[in-house]
Amino acid sequence: MSATNKTLFDKIWDAHVVRADGDMALLYIDRHLVHEVTSPQAFEGLRIAHRAPRRAEFTFAVPDHNVPTTGRALGIGIADPVSRLQVETLDGNCAEFGITEFRMDDPRQGIVHVIAPEQGIVLPGMTIVCGDSHTATHGAMGALAFGIGTSEVEHVLATQCLMQTKPKNMRVTVGGALSPGVTAKDIVLAIIGQIGTAGGTGYVIEFAGSAIMDLSMEGRMTVCNMAIEAGARAGMIAVDERTIDYVEGRPYSPQGADWDKASAWWRTLHTDAGAEFDAEVHLDAAAIPPQVTWGTSPEMVTGIDGKVPDPARESDPVRRTSIEHALKYMGLVANTPMREITVDRVFIGSCTNGRIEDLRAAAAVAQGRKVAKGVNAMVVPGSGLVKEQAEAEGLHRIFIDAGFEWRDPGCSMCLAMNADQLAPGERCAATSNRNFEGRQGKGGRTHLVSPAMAAAAAVTGRFTDVRELAK
Amino acid sequence: MEAFVKLDGLVAPLDRANVDTDAIIPKQFLKSIRRTGFGKYLFDEWRYMDQGQPDMDVTHRPRNPDFVLNQDRYAGATILLTQDNFGCGSSREHAPWALLDYGFRCIVAKGFADIFYNNCFKNGILPVVLPTKVVDDLMGQVKKHAGYRLMVDLPAQTITTPGGETIRFEVDAFRKGCLVDGLDDIGLTLRHAADIQAYEERRRAEAPWLFAGQTR
Ligand code: SF4
Repeated sequence: MSATNKTLFDKIWDAHVVRADGDMALLYIDRHLVHEVTSPQAFEGLRIAHRAPRRAEFTFAVPDHNVPTTGRALGIGIADPVSRLQVETLDGNCAEFGITEFRMDDPRQGIVHVIAPEQGIVLPGMTIVCGDSHTATHGAMGALAFGIGTSEVEHVLATQCLMQTKPKNMRVTVGGALSPGVTAKDIVLAIIGQIGTAGGTGYVIEFAGSAIMDLSMEGRMTVCNMAIEAGARAGMIAVDERTIDYVEGRPYSPQGADWDKASAWWRTLHTDAGAEFDAEVHLDAAAIPPQVTWGTSPEMVTGIDGKVPDPARESDPVRRTSIEHALKYMGLVANTPMREITVDRVFIGSCTNGRIEDLRAAAAVAQGRKVAKGVNAMVVPGSGLVKEQAEAEGLHRIFIDAGFEWRDPGCSMCLAMNADQLAPGERCAATSNRNFEGRQGKGGRTHLVSPAMAAAAAVTGRFTDVRELAK
Repeated sequence: MEAFVKLDGLVAPLDRANVDTDAIIPKQFLKSIRRTGFGKYLFDEWRYMDQGQPDMDVTHRPRNPDFVLNQDRYAGATILLTQDNFGCGSSREHAPWALLDYGFRCIVAKGFADIFYNNCFKNGILPVVLPTKVVDDLMGQVKKHAGYRLMVDLPAQTITTPGGETIRFEVDAFRKGCLVDGLDDIGLTLRHAADIQAYEERRRAEAPWLFAGQTR
């Protein structure tokens, strides 16, 4: 790579190196996001070592994983005492260490990866970390954002830096244009289907190409969110005018002279012509149909016209056993067409697909229809502000009239740490990002889909090509 | 953090690819605000037949006889041998905490997910990546011979089999040093406080908006 032809990733990385030590770099972290699950032990570590946060004002916290999604307007707290203690521990730590927190009763509360862009806390060109793998989401802003463990949460609190080896550069180019009814979620599932859940290990992925740049900011966040599901350290997308328009006027984004200076730098945040990548992958957007996962890993995915695979046809023994395991867990028979699989539950929400555009897409399918008999469907907005916006647009009425439950914001059934869980054997069409065994409840069976496809499954009771429901 | 120098340990095989951190430690146990006590819930959904809950007494829980760690011959194992992409998914450091608390100090695999790999080093666990063929061989040996042990030597970057065969592995020098000395990373970074300060001053001049940070 020549010094003058840099990738987007190189530009941001280089701007944040405090010092280099052989292969390791001490990297400065601009913003640190914190939630209740992965932080208590980090704050405890600070206390034990008598350390204070270096820059408490660069850290923002929100409880999201454990919060209930019903009865919040009534002021009903968290019923489970263990969950409650975790949220109260976060409140106490933020108060003690002087960290801004959007508490459970704050209208801005929501899933950390939904509220940070919404508030303008994460901006182009920043380095952003959080004790959460889906921090990759913020790469959509043209930022370098990645998940860390709790020891590193403590490290960032104490030093505002992290010791890192520089990952390699991969570019995934999605050319052409999507066909109607196909969304950002389908793009990213198709990418993972192609490169596998370890395909991005050791890399930062830049998503590029016309189909990516045509996406809204919400759609770009959906794609970057699941970069981690391809094993990548981070996902990112170049800054363009859409990025800058999105950022402008948000509560924490710069103003006046700062804005002019910032936006001038942001406009340079794209890969230079001629810059080289360590790996390149290409997909054609027009060839991507709506995706549905059939197994217990996001790479176990096919188009809506596909079938459950037959392990007997798999020659690699490790893969064959994986497929057998997955089909057993999922209660599926080889060669079953995806369209014949019926669902018990539908979950629309999460940091992948809990933004306003996602709710609009689901509502467009739900409008004038009814949730199929025997199906329980819920919509969980990604934040309090998404919920407000959806209600202002009347989306909640569409969902409620169709028989969906309309909930309060949080992670909810994406990982089922609160009361929202699948029962053993229940099958769910989910807009979240992980279909791992037990993710949505022990024995629960998760199929990952886009919001429109989830709504289509809700109203027909089975996986359905949403394009056929279009009026 | 406990230093890792040499380990002569019993090996347990987990012959699965893409073992995710949700499987290593299911989410209900993440509600704990402590770092310890996760070992008894390691691989909870595979290990027990009932639904595990935090703070549950595990002594009388029904065990899944088919799960490998429930076999007597692997009791006391300190080395876990597994397939590719181990530790994928969630960033939860509870996964290495659970493995460590159970007794594992070394994990040998065809590959690891990045965040998990990194988290291991922070907790005194050595993750070792070996080529596919070598792991497949070891997997066969472990299953065949009860009491199969490996000798791991981090300073020398070798693993020695009972037959005396020596396998070399790669690990970056910085991480190796921290693990061998049991060093606290934060203390190390704080030695560079002057560099951090200088960076912040430079950056504040270049990009003042990063430091303004006030809501309107
Ligand atoms: S919505 Fe799901 S994936 Fe996103 S932060 Fe919450 S638990 Fe994690």
